[in-house]
Amino acid sequence: MSLGEISQLLAWGATTAYAIALVAFAMDLARLADRMGVERARAGRSVLATAGAPGVPPAADDAPDAPAAVLASRTRAVGIAMATTTAGFGLHLAAAVTRGLAAGRVPWANMYEFALVGALVAVGVFLGLCRRRDLRFLGTIVVGIAVLALGVGLAVFYTPASAVEPALQSYWLVIHVSIAIVATGLFAVSFATSVLHLLKDSRAAGSPRLAGERWRALDVLPSTRELEALSFRVTAVGFVLWTFTVMAGAVWAEHTWGRYWGWDPKEVWSFVVWVVYAAYLHARTTRGWSGRRAAWFVVVGFATVVFNFTGVNLFFQGLHDYGGVPGGS
Amino acid sequence: MAGDEQTPRPPGTRPDDAPTLPAVGVVGLLRWTWRQLTSMRVALMLLMLLAVVAVPGSVLPQRPQSPADVARYLEDNPGLGPWLDRLGFFDVYASVWFSAVYLLLFVSLVGCIVPRLRLHLRAVRARPPRVPRRLERFAVHDEVVTDATPAQVLAAVEPVLRGPLARLPRFRTEVERSPRDGVAATVAAERGYLRETGNIAFHLALLGILVSVAAGQMLEYRGQAIVVEGRGFANAVTDYDTFEAGTFFDASTLVPFTMRLDRFTADFFADARPRDFVADVTLIDPSTGGEPRQREIRVNHPITAGGAKIYLQGNGYAPTVEIRDAAGELAFAGAVPFLPEDGVYTSRGVIKVPDVSTGPQIGLVGYLLPTAEVTPLGVRSVFPQPADPRLVLTVWSGDLGLDDGVPQNVYELDSEAMTQAVDDAGTPVTLVVEPGTPVELPDGLGTLTWTDLPRFVALDLRHDPALPWLAGFAVAALVGLAVSLFTPRRRIWLRVTERDGRTVVGAAALARGDDVGLPDELERVLRAVRDLDEGRE
Repeated sequence: MSLGEISQLLAWGATTAYAIALVAFAMDLARLADRMGVERARAGRSVLATAGAPGVPPAADDAPDAPAAVLASRTRAVGIAMATTTAGFGLHLAAAVTRGLAAGRVPWANMYEFALVGALVAVGVFLGLCRRRDLRFLGTIVVGIAVLALGVGLAVFYTPASAVEPALQSYWLVIHVSIAIVATGLFAVSFATSVLHLLKDSRAAGSPRLAGERWRALDVLPSTRELEALSFRVTAVGFVLWTFTVMAGAVWAEHTWGRYWGWDPKEVWSFVVWVVYAAYLHARTTRGWSGRRAAWFVVVGFATVVFNFTGVNLFFQGLHDYGGVPGGS
Repeated sequence: MAGDEQTPRPPGTRPDDAPTLPAVGVVGLLRWTWRQLTSMRVALMLLMLLAVVAVPGSVLPQRPQSPADVARYLEDNPGLGPWLDRLGFFDVYASVWFSAVYLLLFVSLVGCIVPRLRLHLRAVRARPPRVPRRLERFAVHDEVVTDATPAQVLAAVEPVLRGPLARLPRFRTEVERSPRDGVAATVAAERGYLRETGNIAFHLALLGILVSVAAGQMLEYRGQAIVVEGRGFANAVTDYDTFEAGTFFDASTLVPFTMRLDRFTADFFADARPRDFVADVTLIDPSTGGEPRQREIRVNHPITAGGAKIYLQGNGYAPTVEIRDAAGELAFAGAVPFLPEDGVYTSRGVIKVPDVSTGPQIGLVGYLLPTAEVTPLGVRSVFPQPADPRLVLTVWSGDLGLDDGVPQNVYELDSEAMTQAVDDAGTPVTLVVEPGTPVELPDGLGTLTWTDLPRFVALDLRHDPALPWLAGFAVAALVGLAVSLFTPRRRIWLRVTERDGRTVVGAAALARGDDVGLPDELERVLRAVRDLDEGRE
């Protein structure tokens, strides 16, 4: 069995582990919600208020926060989820390393590899953040995205490992693409956070569609204010890295194609991604646009990121035709 | 300003003016328009609009990138195409509407940044805000009781607030001794001025990038030259195959360097994907002494000569052919570049033979197949390396149309005044030529001998004097952005009072936006006070 095939097996192994973790994360959220329902019924509607900071306008955050006791006593499911996620991450890392060794270069030169390493970074960021703060509630979405990325990558984008063509033989492949992957991973995490923010906010605002028992798990999450702050911090780092990605891409384009910017479809969409996230940062400070509306920018932003990765490679003819997808352009 | 301390304010913080009623009169209307344009809300709209108007350029073919695709689109869509063309959809990034959006955005940016710059310059010199009356009002507050004297407390706290650099203190600190009865001292400290500095620097750098790009387009030149192995190139406008320059480019500033292509090496994978391309050249550059020097140009590694960068942009084959006319006189001898059209280098080219001693002029049109495979359906190339090359040519005779002085495309045959050679059945004659074997041209036109198969390279030469500026502004933008996003803005207040012979230090901290590090920052300061007691015991 060749090293490339071993890498592929490891990637499938990681996908399986993540799928198990996904189920466990979902069960954890459901159980927590159950338990909190019981707790709340017992304690009446006593709500643990965070110490209200002075000068804070009463934010649109009427959602009761999860009682600390409930959050602290996590279920056994979350232990399983974290353990399988960590194991999956190990397999995933090994898959990326063996892929790189098989190809004799950094493992991020085509769409399959970008999906492989992008998902690795998203899970890595999630696990890293979890060491410092309890963000396990993000598990369902982050691990869900990882399962999706790996599954689609293996099933649709897969190409055997091989060396790259002259245009990609540059140390900028290491710099430009790796930072792009890290930024994508961060955007995935902030997208997950903002989606939860929007859902929780809608449920708190009495949306009939989210009022049902099935969405109880949202009550377990941190307050919308905390979710929005977390999303902003992760997006801010992602935005700086994306700015760097675009600039490094311009330098590389200057080296390879003799012009730093030529409105190639990939460049157009990288620009669109940049502008959408810039708009998000501006929206957060604009009266009437912060909170929910700003969170929508993160959702739209991530949609453009995903399109830039998939749609641009598959639908448009451009200079970034390195996808290597059989049948693709 | 105090009221919105807790609202998050990332970069691009602008005075978010509530819409004001327009004053009467033209001046008032102008002022109102200006205020709207420079408001955050409009900036936000323009940003969203910019994202939207950029998209069509990736969906529709663009004239600067692929004029052929535009022509094909216009042909396929005779109804919609011309309208899109009229509205500038085939050159989106130079269109009026795209330009309008980004220019308005930059005007808005300037209108916003200039007043903020003024405010910031004032703020940088201002004192930190005074100590509030009730410190326990703040979310992050603490109190330490110590046996040390107030003077000792102040002496302990000050170095912590200052940090290791006296010139660039962590906090700007204002100490007031005995401000009123019962209070020994108050300390007001503020950090994070760099946040706004970074923010303004970022936006000004974006402006710098725009100006550099515009300046570059006016001062640059860019040309393409096709050079065959063993041949040379001189840096003069006439020696380029195509040459474009900005409005303010002065052709006399071209450095007259010369270059010879000694060898070109191409390497491919077994599945015909390119592996590596190397062009070995000899460069004589008067701007660096004029000594001949051996250089290597690769795809990702342009070389610099006479201030211009030389890129390896393409390559192909230029078969060398000899053609003798009907009288047996040598009518043509030379290398003719054939342009590759696919990954296996199926290359198309035209050989024009105007200088015949007798008979009509000759034109040969056809393909070069580097590794030819003959099948019942025809001949095709299966690999880009010249393992078994063939030339497949059709023959035309008549007037090439070269003598009327109108410039012609060397890769196209103007067949208007020419007739194609056909066999007895009336089908066009197709010559399949092998290297080294002379071939008789039909209708007694002469003979053709394919003598050699050198390669050619397509080189792009480009000089943009604004590049260093662009790079500088880009770095400034990136640094400014990071500083503006990651510099915490924090205030710390201490009130030192004496009670029953001991010293009470009340403290509070406040941050702009959510700031997880705020309690730690306050604790760092108070630890210095606590350490005073530990040292004593």
